[in-house]
Amino acid sequence: MTQPPLLEMTAVDKAFGATVALSGAHLRVEAGEVRALIGENGAGKSTLMRILSGVETPDSGTIRISGELFSPANPQQARDGGIAMVHQELAVVEDLTVEENLLLGAEPSSAGLYLPSRMRDRVLSSLTLLGRSEIQPSTPVSQLSVAARQLVEIARALVHDAPVIVFDEPTSSLGAQDIEHLFEVIGRLRDDGRAVVYISHFLEEVQRIADRWTVLRDGEVVGEGWISSTTTEQLVSHMIGRQLDEMYPRIPHQRGDALIEVSDLKTRTGLQHANLTLHRGEVLGIAGLIGSGRSELLRGIYGLDPIDSGSVQVAGRSHRLDPTRSIESGIGLASEDRKEEGLATDLSLATNLTLGSSSARPFFSLLGLKKERSQVEWWIDRFSIRTRGPDQPVRTLSGGNQQKVVLARLMHLDVDAVLLDEPTRGIDVGSKTEVFRWISEMSAAGKAVLVVSSSMQELLGICDRIQVMHRGVLGEPREVEKWDEHSLMVCAVGGEEAA
Amino acid sequence: MKFTIPRHWFATLAPFLGVLAVVLVFWILYPGQPMTLKTWQIVATHTVVVGLAAVGMTWVIISAGIDLSVGSVIALSGVSAALAVDAGWGAIGAITVALATGAVCGVYNGILIVGLRLPPFIATLGTMGFFRGVALWVANNGSVRPEDAQGISTTDGIANWVKNGSEGQWLPPAVWLLLIITILGALALRWTVLGRHTVAIGSNELTARLCGVQIKRTKIVIYAIAGLLAGLAGVMLFGRLTVGDSTAAVGIELKVIAAVVIGGASLSGGQGSISGTLAGALLMAVLSNRCTAAGWPDFVEHMIVGHIIILAVAIDQWRIRRTNH
Repeated sequence: MTQPPLLEMTAVDKAFGATVALSGAHLRVEAGEVRALIGENGAGKSTLMRILSGVETPDSGTIRISGELFSPANPQQARDGGIAMVHQELAVVEDLTVEENLLLGAEPSSAGLYLPSRMRDRVLSSLTLLGRSEIQPSTPVSQLSVAARQLVEIARALVHDAPVIVFDEPTSSLGAQDIEHLFEVIGRLRDDGRAVVYISHFLEEVQRIADRWTVLRDGEVVGEGWISSTTTEQLVSHMIGRQLDEMYPRIPHQRGDALIEVSDLKTRTGLQHANLTLHRGEVLGIAGLIGSGRSELLRGIYGLDPIDSGSVQVAGRSHRLDPTRSIESGIGLASEDRKEEGLATDLSLATNLTLGSSSARPFFSLLGLKKERSQVEWWIDRFSIRTRGPDQPVRTLSGGNQQKVVLARLMHLDVDAVLLDEPTRGIDVGSKTEVFRWISEMSAAGKAVLVVSSSMQELLGICDRIQVMHRGVLGEPREVEKWDEHSLMVCAVGGEEAA
Repeated sequence: MKFTIPRHWFATLAPFLGVLAVVLVFWILYPGQPMTLKTWQIVATHTVVVGLAAVGMTWVIISAGIDLSVGSVIALSGVSAALAVDAGWGAIGAITVALATGAVCGVYNGILIVGLRLPPFIATLGTMGFFRGVALWVANNGSVRPEDAQGISTTDGIANWVKNGSEGQWLPPAVWLLLIITILGALALRWTVLGRHTVAIGSNELTARLCGVQIKRTKIVIYAIAGLLAGLAGVMLFGRLTVGDSTAAVGIELKVIAAVVIGGASLSGGQGSISGTLAGALLMAVLSNRCTAAGWPDFVEHMIVGHIIILAVAIDQWRIRRTNH
């Protein structure tokens, strides 16, 4: 007799109105297995997990935990039933301590008194499993870094001893070192005999951490198998439903004149020292760990972060650092934080797309709404943005389509230089390729592209030259042929030039 | 799409339907007291002061701000208008002085908010006291009543403009002015750069900054416009009272904010409708009029208005949750 799997979801259907989110989806995870759940945005991964965690109820289908039927009506029941979720968006309460966060909603108590000491052993042992000494039960979460906060979320799953743990895009806000650490923790969870579901866009991560994979497309399971016997190309073609000819399309382009020259730039927000020259018709990449000052460099050039010293010259003229001036001088920036900064998510696609173009105009000048609309429709078509129309709130678009709105805005501004901060964060593989093609087209059209990314592979795929940021100091540029993933990592971690 | 009526149409119409509902309910309860043309005239006239200030407040609230000082600005501008009339500057002079006073107050609010980076609630809570103090000071703790013959005739001129009275006049000019200002305000919100930037700042200030919107300048202009319209409301109040009363319009800011909120604006910014605001102001005036006609005591009106605000926002929230799915 074989053991029933720890988690088994069978024939799950779910529709929202006319939209079918899931159709006969299934997922089996054995004890001691890490199962990667992959698929493009909107493929149904989140819906499946929301059903598992009791946020949504399925139209039909069953969930079994260790062979027993399980139908959580709400998140509380799912947690009691042994399902723990670690979310993409951080769900920790900053003003509480680590321990208070771990026990939130399930405080040990007697006669209404809060008695954390009863759970102290479990709290300590879960924190030990994380292996980070700075995270103590009494540490206020507000003092922790983003990465450490994410670990606190994981610890919350451990405290309740959940046999099934779901990681939803856990690395999207982590740097390389923290990702390593997270993988160690996940490895320990597997060895501990738990069932881990790992959702990610990053295939290289999935290949490192998962044992088996399941690909969802349009609400259906289109394939599953062992990671060890599957190639990246196979995974990608399952996800997008067609062969991916080339991940990084490269259109030939010619490096032109210097457009932006940054000398000895130091910001008040953490960039210590940077020199760079960005030419027309080139893609210059900035590698480095999260928090190394990469974003601050772009934000300093653009005028969003205040400058301590140094200068920025645009086309040979010194440049006043202010977003309005930057746009006038032909510089555009795509923020790494699409939801909080990049887009006004409650406003329409049309408003978001055209917002930059009116910035320098007099207050009482009229907006040509009709013309604007036809321009927006043109961009929707040009970028194949999947939308009901220009009036749709950006909030309701998928991540990939939101990013297209951001890029379309830069095109609409008709800038000469684009500063891209993590342009492919949180978007699916298909959209990523489109972003890469767009970058290549920009450089072929003689525009200058400066791109920051956490993915070394991506930078090596799209850039002409790369510079590495380490602890706020930007290294010397090198042609992309002279870099590989290893040397980039060495520079990012150690700062010294690799041999 | 589940809805046959587009969301923005419903949002625009809802406050007007509210007005209709109030009229109908009272008509059913008191069939002997219908809304006559005369009653509508009175109600419209009563809407002017709150309505003018509320148009400006809608802009402020859409930009995710708030202006608690509006009552004090109305009082101060009313006093300034009275002083100008008393000094023999005539109606044009009085209006100019009142508008200038309002605009200066608004710019001051704006500068405090962007210069000292104060939350608008705090900055205007402070200036609410300050402007009231100035009004009391220039009016010697009381009212300014123009007394010479020229002053009285100027005051009467303004009063005629604001109140019902003259034969053959369907509505006093002030009501038409309110309508024009409302239409201008609504058009400017949709069709001008300033309007676009106001919505953008209110919806997400970081995005607006990223897109090069000049946040500080825009905010000061928004508060200046709100101040200007409060100044205009001050002139209207002076016309209604025929004195510049430094203790007038206390607490009116809450009525103004209520009108904006009933009209569908969100206090967290980014959305709101000027026509809705007008309907909100009208709704409160109609309700007040109907309660009086029905012989209900004042406190009943307060209790009802309170729940209309709650209901308006609850319906709006419910609608947003539904469309989000």
